[in-house]
Amino acid sequence: MATEPINEEIAGTCVDSYGSAVGMPQLCFEWFPNQILWLVITLVVIFLVLSRIALPRIAAVLAERQGTIDSDISAAETLKLQAEAAEAAYQKALTDARAQAQGIAKETRAAIQKDLDAAIEKADTEIAAKTAQSEKAIADIRASALDSVEIVAKEAAVDLVQALGINANDADIVAAVDSQLKG
Amino acid sequence: MATEATDATGGGLVFHPMDQFIIKPMFGDGDIGLFTITNSAFWMILAIIVIVALMVVGTRSRAIVPTRSQSVAELAYGFVYKMIEDVTGKDAVVYFPYIMTLFMFIVTANFLGLIPTSFTTTSHFAVTIILALAVFLTVTILGFVKNGAGFLGLFWVSSAPLPLRPVLAIIELISYFVRPVSHSIRLAGNVMAGHAVIKVFAGFAAIWTIAPVSVLAIAAMYGLEILVAFIQAYVFTILTCVYLKDALHPHH
Repeated sequence: MATEPINEEIAGTCVDSYGSAVGMPQLCFEWFPNQILWLVITLVVIFLVLSRIALPRIAAVLAERQGTIDSDISAAETLKLQAEAAEAAYQKALTDARAQAQGIAKETRAAIQKDLDAAIEKADTEIAAKTAQSEKAIADIRASALDSVEIVAKEAAVDLVQALGINANDADIVAAVDSQLKG
Repeated sequence: MATEATDATGGGLVFHPMDQFIIKPMFGDGDIGLFTITNSAFWMILAIIVIVALMVVGTRSRAIVPTRSQSVAELAYGFVYKMIEDVTGKDAVVYFPYIMTLFMFIVTANFLGLIPTSFTTTSHFAVTIILALAVFLTVTILGFVKNGAGFLGLFWVSSAPLPLRPVLAIIELISYFVRPVSHSIRLAGNVMAGHAVIKVFAGFAAIWTIAPVSVLAIAAMYGLEILVAFIQAYVFTILTCVYLKDALHPHH
């Protein structure tokens, strides 16, 4: 790479007769004004295009996108809260229904128990009445049986005495049997 | 390319790697006046067209779900915007269009320069020096307008021991004025060197025994240049952000 300095005199011939560069073309000051002018034009155009059109547009698009994302996220958040509330309501309804069902079952059980108790009590009274009646009947039967035994005993005694041929008053015999029975 | 490598008079291998940087009128012959549309001007206008196509035509649908070109435009927008926010600060976003202009021009010009037989406008010092000087002047003027004499606090390193401060002030001052030089030569130098090296390899391709190696080397260099084209635009832009930060917040 040839790097000999280019002075003002040969600056007009930055290119030799073969069309090749003399030294570094970057140091050929003859071309500087043209390059700088076009650079400034280019930069001004790019700056205007970017600052007036492109950058505000991209900023708007990015802001809009961010807004869309944010609103979508907040909408999702709301929906999630709604879903949670719905689930809580459902759970509550379920619990209530369960409690209600238990209450009903308990009430039913109590009512049945009450009916049952009443029926048992009624049956018990009936049974007691029947038992008392039966006992009374048995007592009557027993009493009547004793009387019969007494009568039979007196008759038997009278008959026995007559059979033995002892002449005796029937009333005396009966009195004698009575005294024996009581004794 | 191969014909350029062998000089008609010499007969041997003669390289003219710098010929690609010669500025000539794009249409017809003649002298280069102030308004002549040269190859440099032509490729700058092409850069404008590419930028308009990408940033304006590409975003014309304003779609919520972006198209491919709109996506690229948004990517460039977000890239530079975030760079300014991160490096310079949130109060610097008012200078966003200015920095975006620099970035879009440099990155577009660099990539257009990679098209074979094209002309790379950013390989010229005349271009990069103007870009760097524009940044330097903007930063300096802005620094004094925003902070008044307080901008000079940039050169007075208050965290250093007192005896060292005058020395550091001189060093800081020199480094401040070297900024536009390094800023411009870094960009033009990188772009120019890459293109010149590719041209030298292309010259070697005239010898058929070396040609395969040469072509491979050109391919490799081209890949590297794609990287350089973006990285140099990025470096130029981020340095602009750093300098702008000095203007807005001169105290270390």
